[in-house]
Amino acid sequence: MDGYIAQQLLNGLILGSMYALVAIGFTMIYGIIRLINFAHGDIVMIGAFMTLGLVISGKISFPVIIILVFIGGALMGILIERVAFRPMRGAPQVTGFITSLAISILLQNLGILLLTAQPRNFFCPDYLQTIYHLGPVSLRAIDLGIVVTAVVLMIFLVLLVRFTRLGMAMRATAENLNVARLMGININRTIMLAFAIGSGLAGVAGMMWGGKYGQIDPLLGFVPGLKAFVAAVIGGVGSIPGAMLGAYLLGFGEVLFVGLLPPIYSSYRDAFVFTTLIMILLVLPNGLLGGKTEDKA
Amino acid sequence: MMGWNGHRWFFLMLILAGAILVLVLRSTMNDYILSIVCFAGINIILAVSLNLTNGFTGLFSLGHPAFMAVGGYVAAILTFPVARKAMLLPALPAWLAAQQWPLLPALILGGLSATLAAFLVGFPVLRLKGHYLAVATLGFLIILQVLITNMESYTRGPLGLNGLPMMTNLWWVYLWVVITVYVCWKVKHSSLGRSMLAIRENEMAAECLGVSLAGTRIMAFALGAFFAGVAGGLWAHLVTAITPTSFSVVMTFNLVVMVVIGGSGSITGATIAAVMLSLVSEVLRPLEETMEAYGISEVIIAIGLLLILIFRPQGIFGSQEPSFLMKPAQRTLNSK
Repeated sequence: MDGYIAQQLLNGLILGSMYALVAIGFTMIYGIIRLINFAHGDIVMIGAFMTLGLVISGKISFPVIIILVFIGGALMGILIERVAFRPMRGAPQVTGFITSLAISILLQNLGILLLTAQPRNFFCPDYLQTIYHLGPVSLRAIDLGIVVTAVVLMIFLVLLVRFTRLGMAMRATAENLNVARLMGININRTIMLAFAIGSGLAGVAGMMWGGKYGQIDPLLGFVPGLKAFVAAVIGGVGSIPGAMLGAYLLGFGEVLFVGLLPPIYSSYRDAFVFTTLIMILLVLPNGLLGGKTEDKA
Repeated sequence: MMGWNGHRWFFLMLILAGAILVLVLRSTMNDYILSIVCFAGINIILAVSLNLTNGFTGLFSLGHPAFMAVGGYVAAILTFPVARKAMLLPALPAWLAAQQWPLLPALILGGLSATLAAFLVGFPVLRLKGHYLAVATLGFLIILQVLITNMESYTRGPLGLNGLPMMTNLWWVYLWVVITVYVCWKVKHSSLGRSMLAIRENEMAAECLGVSLAGTRIMAFALGAFFAGVAGGLWAHLVTAITPTSFSVVMTFNLVVMVVIGGSGSITGATIAAVMLSLVSEVLRPLEETMEAYGISEVIIAIGLLLILIFRPQGIFGSQEPSFLMKPAQRTLNSK
C-alpha cells in the first residue's frame, strides 16, 4: 500500500509539473494586463503538434526540440498578442475575455480543419520509454524528463524575473502599469515578453503532454488549460510562485482523488477540480500566495 | 406619433404577422427548412434570455447551456414514452417511469428545474464579478456535464437519451419566442430592468440608490435560466436525442457571439444576431461537408467576432432598441 501511495504521489508530481508550466503563463499575463487568457491552453495543443511534426520530420534530438518548441510557442503567443489583444487594450475586462475565448475556438477549429479531429499517436524515442524501478515505484525516463525539465525551466524563470532588468520591468508593470510607463519602461515590449515566455512554457508543456499520454488531438488543450487556470487561482492569480505551488497542489489533489477514493468516484475527477475552483474563489479569492486584495467578489 | 394604444396594436400586428409567417412556412417549406427555422427560433430564445444576465445586468455567465441541459433532460424524461422508458432506463424510480407528459407541461417543469438550479448555483457564485464569474459558471457547466454523465439511472450516462418523440414544431417554438421576447421586453422597461442596467453601469452608484444587488442579480440569472431550460426542452424534442455533450462550450461560445454581435442589452439586436448566426452556420454546413473542411464555420464565426470586438465593440445595436418599437415616452430614455 505504501508503494501504491508513493506511486500516486509521483504521478501527482508529474501532472503538477505540467500544470505548473501552463499556469505560469496564465498568471504572468493576468498579473500584467488583468486578462484571463482562455487561448493559453490551446498553445499546449500547438506545442504538442509542433513536437510531433519535428519528431517525424527528422533526426532532431529531444533537447533541441524542447528549445525549438519553446521558441515556436513564444512566437505563437507574440502573434496572438499582437493581432488580437493589443487592439483591445483598454477595453473592459470582459471584452478581453471574450476575445480570448474566440481565439481559443479559432485555434481549436483551425486544428480540426488542418489536422482533422482524429487523435494521432505521439512518437517518443525509445530511450525515453525505458522503465526504471526505484524501490516500490516505477517510472519511465520521460516522466523523469518532464519533472526535471519543468523544474529547470522554472528556475530559469525565477532567476529571470528576480535578477534581470527585463524581470524588474515585468514586476514593475505588474505592480502598476501606468507608473511603470512613466518610469520609461516599454510597456508593449514587456507585455509581449510576458506572452512570449508564458506561451513558450505552455508549448513545452504540450510536448510533455503528448509524451506522457501518447495521443494528441486538436482539442486536447482546453481542459488542461482550464485546470491550469484553477491552479493559478489556488496559488493566487498574478503570483508566479503561487502558480507553481497551486499547480503541484492541484496535481497531487487530482491524482489522490482518483487514486484513494473508490473507483466509482474517479469519473468525478473534473467535477472535483472545478468545485475546488468555485470554493477557492468564494472562500479565498486571493489564493494562497496572492498578496493584493482585488475586485473579485 | 403613436399613442399607447397604437403602440399596443403595433405589437399585436407584429405577433400576428409572425404567426402568418409560421403558417406560410409550414405549408410551403419542407421539413429540413422548417427544422432550420426552428433552430433559429430556439437560438432567439437563448440569446434574448442570455442577454438578461450578460447584457442587461453585466453578469458575464458562460453557464447558459448548463441550464439548457437541466431543462432538456427533465423535459425529455417526462415526455419519454413509458414503454421505451422501461427499456432504456430500467433503473428509474417507479413513479417517474410511469409518467408520460405532453410537451407544454414538460417544458414548463424543465424551465422551473433550470430556475431552481440557477438559484442553487447563483447564491454562492453571483458574488463573483467579471471574468471570475465567467470562469465559475463555465466550471458549473463542466461539473453538470460530469454529473449527468454519472447519473446513469436517470440519464443513461454518456449514451444519452435517443428516440425522443419529435414534439417540437414551429408553433411551439414561435409561442416561446413570443413569450421570451415579451417578458424580456417588459422586464427591460420595468423598474427591475432599470435596476439591472444600473448595476451594469455602476454597481456602487446603483447600491447607493437603493437597488438590491444580490436580489436583482439572482432575478436576472434565474429568469434567464428558466427560458434556457425551456429552450433546452424544445431543442431535445427537435433533435430527438440528448447527450451530456450536447450542451458544450462551443454552444456557450455561439450564444455569447450572438449577444456580443447583437449588442449587450438590446433585445432586437440579440434576436437579429441569433437569426443571422443560425443562418450563417446553416449556409456553411454544406461547405463543411462537401469540402470536408470541418471546423470552418467556427473559424469564420470566431474571426467575425474578433472583427466586431475590434471595430464595433458595442455590437450592432448597443443597448438600444430601434426607436419605432418604443413607446413615445420611452424614446427619450433610449437616446443616451
